[in-house]
Amino acid sequence: MELWGYRRQDGSVGIRNHVLVLSSIVCANEVADRIYRAVEGTVPVIHPHGCGQLGVDFEQTRRTLLGFGLNPNVAAVLVVGLGCEKMEAAKLALDIAEKGKPVETIIIQEAGGTSKATEKGIQLAREMVKKAAALEKVPISISDLMLGLECGGSDTTSGIAANPAVGVASDLLLAQGGTVILSETAEIIGAEHLLAKRAVSVDVGEKILSMVKAVEEDAVRMGVDLRGTQPSPGNIVGGLTSIEEKSLGCLRKAGAGTVQDTLKYAEKPSGKGLYVMDTPGQDVESITGMVAGGCQLVVFTTGRGTPVGCPIAPVIKITGNPRTYISMEENMDINAGTVVEGKESVAEVGQRIFDLMAAAAGGKPVKAELLKHYEFAVTRIGPSI
Amino acid sequence: MEDKQRTVKVVVIDPLDNVATAVDDLKAGETIMISSGKPVKNLKVSQEIPFGHKVAIASIPQNCEVIKYGEPIGTSSVTIEPGEHVHIHNMFSNRGRGDLQKANS
Repeated sequence: MELWGYRRQDGSVGIRNHVLVLSSIVCANEVADRIYRAVEGTVPVIHPHGCGQLGVDFEQTRRTLLGFGLNPNVAAVLVVGLGCEKMEAAKLALDIAEKGKPVETIIIQEAGGTSKATEKGIQLAREMVKKAAALEKVPISISDLMLGLECGGSDTTSGIAANPAVGVASDLLLAQGGTVILSETAEIIGAEHLLAKRAVSVDVGEKILSMVKAVEEDAVRMGVDLRGTQPSPGNIVGGLTSIEEKSLGCLRKAGAGTVQDTLKYAEKPSGKGLYVMDTPGQDVESITGMVAGGCQLVVFTTGRGTPVGCPIAPVIKITGNPRTYISMEENMDINAGTVVEGKESVAEVGQRIFDLMAAAAGGKPVKAELLKHYEFAVTRIGPSI
Repeated sequence: MEDKQRTVKVVVIDPLDNVATAVDDLKAGETIMISSGKPVKNLKVSQEIPFGHKVAIASIPQNCEVIKYGEPIGTSSVTIEPGEHVHIHNMFSNRGRGDLQKANS
């Protein structure tokens, strides 16, 4: 299959060519947002963090922001900061520039306030968009793809139709030398023994079990019943009764692949193959973590429907619920509900998903991109001080 | 157009399962076909089962495992007869039950 994409200075391969306006801190959000909205061809990363963070919590947020800047789908970055924060905009910019990516920085305190910072940012962003548009595509390989697997707004059709179909597509990508990331650790509770059995080593199997145990222990330590959060009220209305039932369905997204290793939130995999990243089940946080780890593309199964996208990566939306495909057609790329209706097999839908993945990789925009759904959220592991 | 004559109204994922998942709204008193690799059999649905919800396809005594995907997905809180709706009112999860820990402490 002939595939064309962008080769970045550090050798990584992107399937989009975004100019990213990256706010380094909550206080710079408004200026970053104004720059993004004024300049056609930019995408935003806006978030409520970057200040008052300590230790591993600070490192995790920084790793995520840096991961977005370094993601190969990004052609150039405009970092927007305030000037006094620990998440120093200039240092972030330097770390991105080190990998050969064009970067500019706006510091609101140095620029002289909102209007001056916005004006300067708009000029810089416009230049970056012009330069990025001149970049040419080169032939790339399907094995260059790193795919994030996501499920959200699940119901019982997810485990019967959409997820097994994604599993087929995931196996197809792995067979061609690509990389796949499974995440949402809470949604492995009840199925972790099955995943651990598929680990490349006993060691990795143990890591999977510990990772899942830790999340379950969080709930137990808080003295709360996980039900109502996992599964969510929407999951329950949709027929999912327990986290075990949900997880057994969720796991089917990962097909039959062998798990190479576990990853921290927003950590880049060290090689090709199937990996499991420790993220919450919260959809936007998990997508953000996987894309920060290098995913250029995400497939997202839903039963009840969700519009969520990502600023720098296409999020292919698949529903196994034929009713949702009709009611939220604006947001849905693939109808896997045909499996539930007996019109198509899981294998047939899986092939359709894989074909759309290749088309999206080649440049075809998916619905979340056309609708400009640019959700972004980082998982916090410590309080703001 | 909805196909009311469609024969497949429930899905059984694994031969070990004691529940099936409705892929249509099922009415009380309806008879459905169950096929899961074992010989096809008929089952009378005794309660309304909404699309996506589970219906018991075997007797599940109280405090026994509810099986789907060939794996336990929870425990029955009462005895459940074939044809009955299976959900939060008559089964419970065994994982993440911090509420039980709190109650026992």
